[in-house]
Amino acid sequence: MTALLTASNITAFYGASQALFGVDLQVGEGEVVALMGRNGMGKSTTIRTICRMAPQKSGKIIFAGQSLNRLPSYKAAQLGIGLVPEGRRCFTNLTVEENLIAAAREGFWSLATIADLFPRLGERRGQSARSLSGGEQQMLAIGRALMTNPKLLILDEATEGLAPVVRQEIWAAIRRLKSETGLAILVIDKSLKELSSVADHAVILERGKTVWAGATADLNDDLTHRYLGV
Amino acid sequence: MLRERILNFVFAFGLLAVPLIAYVSDAPFVITLATKVAILALAGVGLNIALGLGGLISLGHAAFFGIGGYAMGILASHAQSYTLLTTWPFEIAGTKSMLIIWVVALASSGLAALIIGALSLRTSGAYFIMITLAFGQMLFFFAISWPAYGGEDGLPIYLRNGFPGLNTLDPIQFFTITYVILGLALFLSSRLSKSRFGLALQATRQNPERVEAVGMRPFNIRLTAFLISGMITGLAGALFADLNRFVSPSMFSWQTSGEIMVFVILGGVGRLYGPVAGAALFILLEHWLGGINDYWQFLLGLILLGVVLFARGGLIGTLVGREVAHD
Repeated sequence: MTALLTASNITAFYGASQALFGVDLQVGEGEVVALMGRNGMGKSTTIRTICRMAPQKSGKIIFAGQSLNRLPSYKAAQLGIGLVPEGRRCFTNLTVEENLIAAAREGFWSLATIADLFPRLGERRGQSARSLSGGEQQMLAIGRALMTNPKLLILDEATEGLAPVVRQEIWAAIRRLKSETGLAILVIDKSLKELSSVADHAVILERGKTVWAGATADLNDDLTHRYLGV
Repeated sequence: MLRERILNFVFAFGLLAVPLIAYVSDAPFVITLATKVAILALAGVGLNIALGLGGLISLGHAAFFGIGGYAMGILASHAQSYTLLTTWPFEIAGTKSMLIIWVVALASSGLAALIIGALSLRTSGAYFIMITLAFGQMLFFFAISWPAYGGEDGLPIYLRNGFPGLNTLDPIQFFTITYVILGLALFLSSRLSKSRFGLALQATRQNPERVEAVGMRPFNIRLTAFLISGMITGLAGALFADLNRFVSPSMFSWQTSGEIMVFVILGGVGRLYGPVAGAALFILLEHWLGGINDYWQFLLGLILLGVVLFARGGLIGTLVGREVAHD
């Protein structure tokens, strides 16, 4: 499988404190990769570094054959990285439709295809994003990232804090994205069960460093107990 | 939304009806007042794009208002004195044509907005306010020390500039010009706020980092908005100078920037017709309170305080029953 994203030995700092000590990960075209690790192990920082939102000290990030080192985050997004951030952060001063239009770029994803993936957004298109439930805001955040027509979708804790029923809706949408569109997805989530069923590969981080990478089918109890505390 | 549309129509119709009634009842002073409202509202429409949609608190919009005014003053003064504006690298004469003056006012205020914006938009918050204020004051002191165009005394223009097919000295005809331009600016502002660019601008106001994450550069979005905003305010400056047939450094002063901001806040920040309502209320209060007391600006200050404290959506927000147009 051709590598869409390759991060090699990346290190990052927040001021003087080092957050990443050498992260390696790879996402192939049409592949779903789970980024795993306990809280505070550097998963979100890795994602922020890939999206050029956290300062990278060393290492290489290649996306679609192009180096992301030194690129500002809007350029990385223009190359085709769509981020669904932790905590959703929709533009609450805009309506659902306006949130989607503001991010829109040419491609497969449009208001109609987003409404097909998340019918609730279609029903609430004229409603202020502020008035949506947490689950609907999450759907909107995913929809907004898809409207940029990315090659790689990054989901950071997309189901965190949501009701079980809504979580299932989000996972169902991720499965649809995988099977129907072949979109490459890098996903962080706490649900090992769901991640194992959706992801083709997994990467485990421990103290800001990649300690394991392989097929999700190879994840065993020893690994999950040692690195994920499950 | 429907109530706001109805209210917008009332303001648009009211601003048209007042001078028409004044025309029928032969009260040219009222027509001039309505013209002043339309021009000041136009300046407010310009600021509202930067402030209301983009959240850019510019205290330097007088710079563009003054540049527009001086574009008119300089071109018209050379035309009336039959002297050339410059002889090098080629000869440029003055003009009394409003259309040419508007193009020059738009271009020069746009260029100024591009330069001021490119420097000031690298900062935010209090620093942005201070830099825009500093640019306005810089131009104010430059105009004061520019004797060729009147210096501190300003520059009178004897005849109002011409517009093809109209007698611009007739108050109702000049009002019609300003009303149509205001209408066009409101139409542009309305289209802009609903366009992808306008939505991105509003999103940038709330979360620039997130806008960057969807592939847009907030700086470029803000600079474009600042440019459009400055150009509209510059055009208002040219019309204001034509209304008074006089330009002076006070057009550049920070008080002028403050007044334009007051129109927007009084009417409702981010509301399409906020500057129209604000400018109308300001002129009404100026004349009503001015007739009662010499210290009318103190009373205006109290009213502004009341609006900021108790009616943050301004006049339009209060009338439609929703406090603020945005966060």
